Amino acid sequence: MTIEVKNLVKKFGSFAALDGVDLKVNDGELLALLGPSGSGKTTLLRIIAGLDWPDSGEVSFNGEDALAQGARERHVGFVFQHYALFRHMTVFENVAFGLRVQPRAVRKDEAAIRSRVKELLDLVQLDWLADRYPSQLSGGQRQRIALARALAIEPRILLLDEPFGALDAKVRKELRKWLRSLHHEIHVTSIFVTHDQEEALEVANRVVVMDKGRIEQIGSPDDVYDNPATAFVHGFIGESIVLPIQIGDGAIRLGDRQLDLAADGLAPGASKLFVRRHDMLVGPPGSGAFEGAVQHVRNFGPVQRAEVALSGGETIEIDAPRDKELRAGDTIGLNPRRYRIFAG
Amino acid sequence: MTMQIADSVSLSASDSKARAHAAAARNNLRTEPRAVRIIIITLALLFLTVFVVLPLVVVFAQAFSRGILAYFAALAEPEAMAAIKLTLIVAAISVGLNLVFGLVAAWAIAKFEFPGKTFLITLIDLPFSVSPVISGLVFVLLFGAQGYFGSWLREHDIQILFAVPGIALATTFVTFPFVARALIPLMQEQGTQEEEAAISLGASGLQTFFRVTLPNIKWGVLYGVLLCNARAMGEFGAVSVVSGHIRGETNTMPLLVEILYNEYQFVAAFAIASLLAMLALITLIAKTVLERQLDEGQDASDH
Repeated sequence: MTIEVKNLVKKFGSFAALDGVDLKVNDGELLALLGPSGSGKTTLLRIIAGLDWPDSGEVSFNGEDALAQGARERHVGFVFQHYALFRHMTVFENVAFGLRVQPRAVRKDEAAIRSRVKELLDLVQLDWLADRYPSQLSGGQRQRIALARALAIEPRILLLDEPFGALDAKVRKELRKWLRSLHHEIHVTSIFVTHDQEEALEVANRVVVMDKGRIEQIGSPDDVYDNPATAFVHGFIGESIVLPIQIGDGAIRLGDRQLDLAADGLAPGASKLFVRRHDMLVGPPGSGAFEGAVQHVRNFGPVQRAEVALSGGETIEIDAPRDKELRAGDTIGLNPRRYRIFAG
Repeated sequence: MTMQIADSVSLSASDSKARAHAAAARNNLRTEPRAVRIIIITLALLFLTVFVVLPLVVVFAQAFSRGILAYFAALAEPEAMAAIKLTLIVAAISVGLNLVFGLVAAWAIAKFEFPGKTFLITLIDLPFSVSPVISGLVFVLLFGAQGYFGSWLREHDIQILFAVPGIALATTFVTFPFVARALIPLMQEQGTQEEEAAISLGASGLQTFFRVTLPNIKWGVLYGVLLCNARAMGEFGAVSVVSGHIRGETNTMPLLVEILYNEYQFVAAFAIASLLAMLALITLIAKTVLERQLDEGQDASDH
């Protein structure tokens, strides 16, 4: 099933939750919608599911207009952030719900429903919880039951809204891996919303980065990390050093220091220079574009993090390998291995 | 094995010691002298006895003052039987109507956003803030001989005032807020996610309501119905205005109690009053049970 979204606009009062969104999701893909809260990602997901309606724009599944159908007809599996399990039903009945409410003409008989539910509970590895109520389950178990319930109707599309948002870090990691392998197994076109970049980069085939109701970049996880298209993406994904620079007369300046970096093709004026912490290479004084004095050094597992006061006046944090000798008080040269400059 | 047992014994011993300490600390916090405490507690008990227990005892004492046979004879009077029957009918009608109205209103308010919502919530509370006598008078103004619909009703030979429809209408109006009030906070707290999940799983609106929404609010519904019923059976003011006090026809139990009392038929008056008192006691017990169920539901959803 392919999904196509064209020029989608949705306003809540004067706030534009979606401000002209275009997106194409390929068949069998596992796509992540990544962005800070308020970026419109959940609204986009709910519109695709039919739980919200856009002010204008188009949504089509396999080329047919989806907006002409209600949520009920769209056959979309939706997994809610807070699970939304039916609290008065057992786990078994929760999963069976979608099968029981089907029109009589197509409804399976009781035996078929039972075996299908059993199959789904096996798939999420929770068949031993069939007789429990949602309040007796842990967060991770509830989320897996919610997924099994959504899969019961054999959805054409699977939508997950912050599926692991309410879980603790360890369970999140496990469920991430599990979701990936599950998707590998069932191959249904899936979109999941997250504000956690690690989650998006680890699980998805493609990542859509959103901000303020607009799509900033669509690309593979490597792509959005290595080649961020906008200042927002660079700042949001991975940790970045951001330096305010001036471009003019064929040179780049940080404060009153001219940087030894090529300024070809850059528009003159105030800009921002983005560098990843680990892309700032440490060398002897005078060897790089920047120079600074080391303030503190702390060790973080495989790297050491140094706070450096640049001679241009800014203080930055860099990550250097542990074998590099760095001490507070040292003067060092810094050379960005790769960097990006965005206007503004 | 023995080690473990020994461990658990010593554990529980220290446990009980800790508890004793806690109790001592609590006692220390009560700085009032013993005499003051006794006086305060006595005053509270005295107040409760005079204003709550004594009236209840008096009702039953008066009802049985001529013996149990006189009591049942008073209840078996045709007039009493008619009043009991009318009260039950009126309660059934108004509770039924308010169950439907209350569910619809609570559903609309809790699950949807629309302009005028705050106004609607205020409107639902209107019967609570208006004196019941005025609630009754409103219906006289609408359906009375000189009222807006009076002449039309007369032409079509429809009797609303001084008949069952008028009493039922007035009672329904007065008891309208109970079900809606019990349900709105409950439904607001539960949100709309379960309904959204049901619809995305292919359930129709009715299936969603009966399979998801209703089971989640059943204790709240029962709670609202219980209070609504107690008020419907006990309503005096509004009903008194629209009933016309036709003996054996339009007297409900509370109205009959007043009439009998004014005629110095104390045994009969208190016999019927004792039924209303029993209704109150049963309502109280049921209310306590339901509140416990509601709290448990809340706890379960908190996990």
